[in-house]
Amino acid sequence: MSASLATVSYIGATILFILSLGGLSNPESSRRGNLYGMIGMTIAVLATVFGPRVAAAGIPWIIAAMVVGGSVGLYAARKVQMTQMPELVALMHSLVGLAACMIGFANYIDPSTSMFLRGAEKSIHEIEVYLGILIGAVTFAGSLIAFGKLSGKIGGKPLLLPGRHYLNLLGLLVVIGFGWQFLHAESIGAGMTGLIVMTVIALLFGIHMVMAIGGADMPVVISMLNSYSGWAAAATGFMLNNDLLIVTGALVGSSGAILSYIMCRAMNRNFFSVIAGGFGSGGGKPAKAGGDAQPAGEVVAISAAETAELLREAKNVIIVPGYGMAVAQAQHAVYELTQFLREKGVNVRFGIHPVAGRMPGHMNVLLAEAKVPYDIVMEMDEINGDFPDTDVAIVIGANDIVNPAAQEEPGSPIAGMPVLEVWKAKTSIMMKRSMATGYAGIENPLFYKENNRMLFGDAKKMLEEVLVALKS
Amino acid sequence: MALTIGIPRETAAGEKRVASVPEVVEKLIKLGFKAAVESGAGDAANFSDESYRAAGAEIIVGASQLWAASDIVFKVAVPTSAEVGMMREGGILIGFIWPAQNPELMNQLAAKKATVLAIDCLPRQLSRAQKMDALTSQAGVAGYRAVIEAANVFGRFFNGQITAAGKVPPAKVFIAGAGVAGLAAIGTAAGLGAIVRANDTRAEVADQVKSLGGEFVKVEYEEEGSGGGGYAKVMSEGFQQAQREMYAKQAREVDIIITTALIPGKPAPRLITAEMVQSMKPGSVIVDMAAERGGNCELTEPGKAVVKHGVTIVGYADLNSRLAKQSSTLYATNLFRLTEELCKSRDGTINVNMEDDAIRGLTVIKDGEITWPAPPLKLPAPAAKPAAVKAAPPPAHGHGGGGAPASAGKTAAIFGAAALLFLLIGAYAPAAFLGHFTVFVLACFVGYMVVWNVTPALHTPLMSVTNAISSIIAIGALVQIAPAGVMGFNRPDVWIRGMAVVAIALTAINMFGGFAVTKRMLSMFRK
Repeated sequence: MSASLATVSYIGATILFILSLGGLSNPESSRRGNLYGMIGMTIAVLATVFGPRVAAAGIPWIIAAMVVGGSVGLYAARKVQMTQMPELVALMHSLVGLAACMIGFANYIDPSTSMFLRGAEKSIHEIEVYLGILIGAVTFAGSLIAFGKLSGKIGGKPLLLPGRHYLNLLGLLVVIGFGWQFLHAESIGAGMTGLIVMTVIALLFGIHMVMAIGGADMPVVISMLNSYSGWAAAATGFMLNNDLLIVTGALVGSSGAILSYIMCRAMNRNFFSVIAGGFGSGGGKPAKAGGDAQPAGEVVAISAAETAELLREAKNVIIVPGYGMAVAQAQHAVYELTQFLREKGVNVRFGIHPVAGRMPGHMNVLLAEAKVPYDIVMEMDEINGDFPDTDVAIVIGANDIVNPAAQEEPGSPIAGMPVLEVWKAKTSIMMKRSMATGYAGIENPLFYKENNRMLFGDAKKMLEEVLVALKS
Repeated sequence: MALTIGIPRETAAGEKRVASVPEVVEKLIKLGFKAAVESGAGDAANFSDESYRAAGAEIIVGASQLWAASDIVFKVAVPTSAEVGMMREGGILIGFIWPAQNPELMNQLAAKKATVLAIDCLPRQLSRAQKMDALTSQAGVAGYRAVIEAANVFGRFFNGQITAAGKVPPAKVFIAGAGVAGLAAIGTAAGLGAIVRANDTRAEVADQVKSLGGEFVKVEYEEEGSGGGGYAKVMSEGFQQAQREMYAKQAREVDIIITTALIPGKPAPRLITAEMVQSMKPGSVIVDMAAERGGNCELTEPGKAVVKHGVTIVGYADLNSRLAKQSSTLYATNLFRLTEELCKSRDGTINVNMEDDAIRGLTVIKDGEITWPAPPLKLPAPAAKPAAVKAAPPPAHGHGGGGAPASAGKTAAIFGAAALLFLLIGAYAPAAFLGHFTVFVLACFVGYMVVWNVTPALHTPLMSVTNAISSIIAIGALVQIAPAGVMGFNRPDVWIRGMAVVAIALTAINMFGGFAVTKRMLSMFRK
């Protein structure tokens, strides 16, 4: 295969990747989009393998590595539970990061890549190597910690080291210092020290950054790491003078960046304050919401049977799922309840907050897995106006995303965050294990609203009881 | 020890309600109480003795036997002195008492060493008291029934219709007083299709009127009419003059007037004069819900429906009994909620906790000692206007990335920074780099445009597919494994190959796993 043919194949692959992302604009075209992605990837890999830059001697190695990695990947894709998607995605990000590091190192120790480069070209190439490894290492370490947090292997609480911002700043200065030394290194061996020190610092930085972020900010972190894995690919592309890598990396990078932005907006928080770690780190501890007194009113608990009674009378029902639904694995019970009510002619819909769950779109995937049709699963903006006409709004394992304080108390730490207005429904039912506060650690005045009822207990068990009571 | 709750047959003339219904009796028994029901107590409200028995109550024949057997008696109407006479010494009585109007009854009950909870004395301002608020539940039923009574004697449709025989205009209904009864009447009349107008001296109810489908008619006069406790107060002369003019105007225009105006402890205000009745169209209807307390209309005859000047004036005082089953069910639930508050231990005993604001307000006699009136509640003064709640700023950027344009200064700063960056790159970077840089910047923009179109429902598949695509980084490893034409370089082949093979294997996990899991996810999305 000639060099030109390989280049043309790359252009084809680029277009297919763009179409692949474009296909996700709606569920109908998304399957074809995924297919485009696969075709694009196949073309890109084949064009490279049979292209001018790979000698025949390398092909057995490539096949062996592909078979091993591919089987692991396919096995994981088949076995993973939908509730574990965030973990899987985080783990995969870390692989991209690690691969970027390795490719960077391999490129650096290969004298054939930089032999003919001089002056600014050489400096730029070295900066590309340095940056590629830096981003790769941060992605790798950060994603691994995110994986640990999401799978519960590491506690979800943010770890806030004293003076953590200064630690990060110090790390950055050291990285820049060694970068300078690296650029002026006489030989590959001399540059290696700086590169390795930088890698270690980048790894520590990645760990530290994600450790400082709490559970409910995970959607932002995952999308951010998604973005990093793209930038790592783009940096590698610069390093290797490969436009396909640059384009693909840029696509993935901007995709992740947009997702992070959407997630931050959905929490009405600044991207940097999320990354800086902890909630409300700007104004110290959230403390008592603006010194306001305990919300007036009282909490009314109800039983599963009474919930069934309310649902039996209802014409319009909106279900608002949160991370608690994923934890309790309650999506199938939710589906059965939905199915039963829909057969009775009840208009059941779902309201999804952008940050519900642990990654963007997490709830949609869980509901899709449980066979809930996607046309009754609404976005927050689509459904928020419908609450006043709703008889019963059921909140399953969510808290902050339905907190009226965001709208009613200007002093609240979550003031201004867009929330699902479940309290405007005739009756709202909170399914929760306890009265505990949500991630933001603030009281939810919804519990005390006159038209709110609390259904305490495990979401799955309670939903099953409700269904039994409905059927009897 | 489980106490017995007794439900006697109501003795007042025309009273068809009963203090508890079988459904609620069952719940009371679950709270640990025993229940005794006088034979025939629920007959007028269509609850048979059998249904009470099925709910677990004991049926007792004869009022005196029932009163004697009961530790606690649930009543609806104010008890007569004969009933008090049958009451057990030291017993508990829950029902309507109206202590201000019935001082003798109070003394008589006190002499019995009774504990009396007057449901009409509930501190209605407490939000948690609402579930026990029988005045509200009964007023709601009465408001509904008032509209039904009006429809019954009104000669036309409520809703406008266009029929083959011609057009029928909708009925116009005016509702004076938008309290609980008034609001129920507004909702009912609007539900039947009438054009509904309403007025109240309390301007803050205007929104509630609108929410039920009514139109709020203002009196053109500035005065605040909220008298505390959810009632209106007596208004000034100037206001009343303006109000009279408004009523006169409405009377000429509408077909049906329903009046619900009551002021606590005072006779009902006269809103509709004889002249106004005269000015109404023949066949019009007035339902005076304040008939018992003197009537809002000058020509009302309490307890009767009369026709005067061609206008039917309905003055029934027993609207609740005319919907006895519904009234009884709601009342029974109110009393059940109260019982729950009294019996927090759920063991069939009662603790009249005078520390509890709601219960303190309700308790008019405690163990024979008159505790009425209760001291005023120390509530945090309800803020006149919810201190100008700052509207949450709308999300700064709309979906689609466009949204509100950033401020000019910020935009200028961003452009300036970008220009500087480009200048630096242009000045120092070699041509080859610039080519790649162009591609990179354009690709970022393409990505930006494409990704904003992705529906939020597919954000997880988006992440997994971008993940799979980012395994394109494998190409970097592929070209390292055995590059063509590098013979002669002193190249650490083993190291490079080792790292490249590992990198390929790692990215292959992503490549295959990422696409496979995306496919699996997407196949689950279905209509």
